[in-house]
Amino acid sequence: MSNELLKIKNLSTSFRIGDEYYAAVDDVTLTLNKNEVLGIVGESGSGKSALAFSIMRLHTKAKIEGEILLNNQNIVKMSNSKLNKIRGDEMAMIFQDPLTALNPLMPIGRQIEENLFLHNKKLGQQGRKERTIELLNLVGIPRPERVYEQFPHELSGGMRQRVIIAIAIANDPELLIADEPTTALDVTIQAQILDLVRELKEKIHAGIILITHDLGVVAEMADRVAVMYAGQIVEIAPVEKLFANPLHPYTRSLLNSVPTEGQDRLHVIQGVVPTLKNLPRKGCRFAERIPWIDASHHEENPELHEVESGHFVRCTCYEHFYFPDNKEEQANGVS
Amino acid sequence: MWKFIVRRLLITIPQIIILSVIVFILAQMMPGDALSGLIDPSIDPAAIEQQRERLGLNNPWYVQYADWVGGILHGDLGQSFRFKMPVTELIGQRMGNTILLSIVTLIFTYLIALPLGLISGRFNDTMLDQGITGYTYIGFATPLFIFALVMLWVFGYNLSWFPTSGSVAPGSESGTVAYWLSKVNHALLPGISMALIQVVSTVQYLRSEIIDTKQKDFILTARAKGAGEQRVYNKHIFRNSLLPIAAFFGWEITTLITGTVFVEKIFSYPGTGLLFLESITQRDFSVANSLVLIFGIAQILGALLSDIILSIVDPRIRIK
Repeated sequence: MSNELLKIKNLSTSFRIGDEYYAAVDDVTLTLNKNEVLGIVGESGSGKSALAFSIMRLHTKAKIEGEILLNNQNIVKMSNSKLNKIRGDEMAMIFQDPLTALNPLMPIGRQIEENLFLHNKKLGQQGRKERTIELLNLVGIPRPERVYEQFPHELSGGMRQRVIIAIAIANDPELLIADEPTTALDVTIQAQILDLVRELKEKIHAGIILITHDLGVVAEMADRVAVMYAGQIVEIAPVEKLFANPLHPYTRSLLNSVPTEGQDRLHVIQGVVPTLKNLPRKGCRFAERIPWIDASHHEENPELHEVESGHFVRCTCYEHFYFPDNKEEQANGVS
Repeated sequence: MWKFIVRRLLITIPQIIILSVIVFILAQMMPGDALSGLIDPSIDPAAIEQQRERLGLNNPWYVQYADWVGGILHGDLGQSFRFKMPVTELIGQRMGNTILLSIVTLIFTYLIALPLGLISGRFNDTMLDQGITGYTYIGFATPLFIFALVMLWVFGYNLSWFPTSGSVAPGSESGTVAYWLSKVNHALLPGISMALIQVVSTVQYLRSEIIDTKQKDFILTARAKGAGEQRVYNKHIFRNSLLPIAAFFGWEITTLITGTVFVEKIFSYPGTGLLFLESITQRDFSVANSLVLIFGIAQILGALLSDIILSIVDPRIRIK
C-alpha cells in the first residue's frame, strides 16, 4: 500500500466574473503523504485558501476541474451524500477566524457533538459527551465541563480556536487542513495554537496541509513547502532544501522580506498580486514584479523543473535572478 | 436569565405610569367634562356647579389623577354615556373579539410568512423567489382597507363563503361548541385579509436574514463537519435567521390589537378597534381615553414580550 494520502492532479478552480470563468487555482498538482505536514505559503490572493476550499469542496459557485484523490476517492466527482460522509470524518478543516466560525446560538458542547453524531452513530448521548470532554481536554481547554455548556461569545479568541480545532479532530481525520489558523489571533496566542497543532500532529497522525503566509511557522512545522503565486505552485521542496537553497525569485523575495535583526529598512516586493481578472495567463506570472530581469530569461510556458531530488521550480528566470542594489534600477526595470 | 426578565419588567412600571399621566393630561385638555355631555342644558348652572364640586371635578389635577388611577386599580374606568354601562364591562366584551381576531391573524401570518420566507431565502434568485418577492412588493403597495373591501366583496358577498359582518351568528347560545365555531368563522375572513397584507414585511425580513446567514463562516464549519443541506438549514441557518422575527413578534401583537381598527370597521366586527372609532365620533370620551390607555399599555407589554423572547432565543443578550 502506498504512503500517499492525497493526490491532486491538474486542479483548476475557477470563479465567474461577469460572463467568464477565471482560474484562482490554476493547474495545481501535488501530493501529500500520510503523517506529513505540507506548508503552503504565498501572499494574500495567491490561491492558497481557494485550494484548501477546493479540497473540502466548500466552494458553492466555483467550477472545479482536475482530480483530487483522497485515499483514491475523487472528491471532485463525488456525490454530495458521499462527500458528507468524508467531510468531518476522513478530512477536516481548521478555519481562519475563530470569532465567526462558531454558531453563536449553539453551546460549545453541541457544536463538537454534532460532528461526532454525524459520523459515529454508534456513540450514544453519553458517549458523545464523554468524547467531547476528552477532546476539550486534548486541545488544552481548562474546565471542559463548564465550557461544554458555554456559548461561543463567552470564550476568548484563542479558546474559540481551540474549540474549532477540537471540532476538526473529533473523528481523527486522516487529512487536516489548517487555513491560516493563527491569522486572527494575538501573537502570544498564535504561539500557543501552533504548539497545540504540533502536539496534535504527534498524537493524531494526520496528514496536515498548513496554509499560512508566515514563513517562520512553515520553517518550524512543515516537512515540505509549496510556494504559491497567482494560482500556481512556483516552487515546492522539502523544508530544509527550500530554506537552504531557495530558487524561485518569488520565494527568494518572500524570504528577503522577512525582517532580520539590525536591519534598518524592510525589503518589500514591488507591486501587488494581480487580481483574478488581470492575472497574466501566459508566460511567467511573476515577471511583472521583477521588471529588472530581462524578458528573455523567462520561459514562454513556464513549467516545474526538478533541480534536485524533490525540489521543483517553475520557469527558468531563477537562474538569472538577483536583487537590484538601488531603487532606480528596480523601478526602471532595465539591467 | 430570570434576572434579565425581572429587570426588564421593572422598567415597564415607570413607563406605564408616565403613559397614564400623558393620557390623563390629554383627557383634561379636551373641551368639556363628564357633566357637559350628561346633563340637560336647561338645568340651573349653580346646580351643575354643585354637582361638579360633589364629583370632585373642581379639585386640582393631581387629586383628580389620583382618583382616576385609584379607580383604574379597582377596575373602574368610568361610565360610557353612549352605551350606558361601565367602560370596563364594555371593553371587556369587545376585547375578547379583538384578541380572537388577533390570534387568527397571527396564526395565518406565521403560517404564510415562515414557509414563504424560508423558500425565498434558501432558493434566492430563482423563479420561485422572484414570485414570492413580487407578492411582497404588491402587498407593500396595497392599502389594507381596499384589499379588505375586495376580500369582503369576493368571498363574503359573491361567493358567500364567509359571514360578512358581526362576530357571531345571531341566536347562537354562548358557551356551546357551535357558538365558538361561529366566532372563529366570523374572524376568519378579516383575519386572513389582514394576514395576507401584514405578512409581507415578515417574509422580507426572513428572506434577507436567511440570505445573510447562509454566507456566514459558521455555516462553512457546519458543512465541513459533513452536515447535509437539510441539517445545515434546520440546525444552523434557520434559528439564526429567526432572531429578528422573534424580536418582531411582540410588536406584531401590538399592531394587531391597535391595528385592527380598519378591518373591524370594514367587516363591522365588534372589537376594540371599532369601539375606538365609534367612541371618538360620538365623543364617548371615557371609552376613548380608556382605550388609548389600554393600547398604550399593550404597546409597552409588546416591547417587553419582544425582549423576553429575544433573550430566550439569543444567549448573547442574557449577559448584558
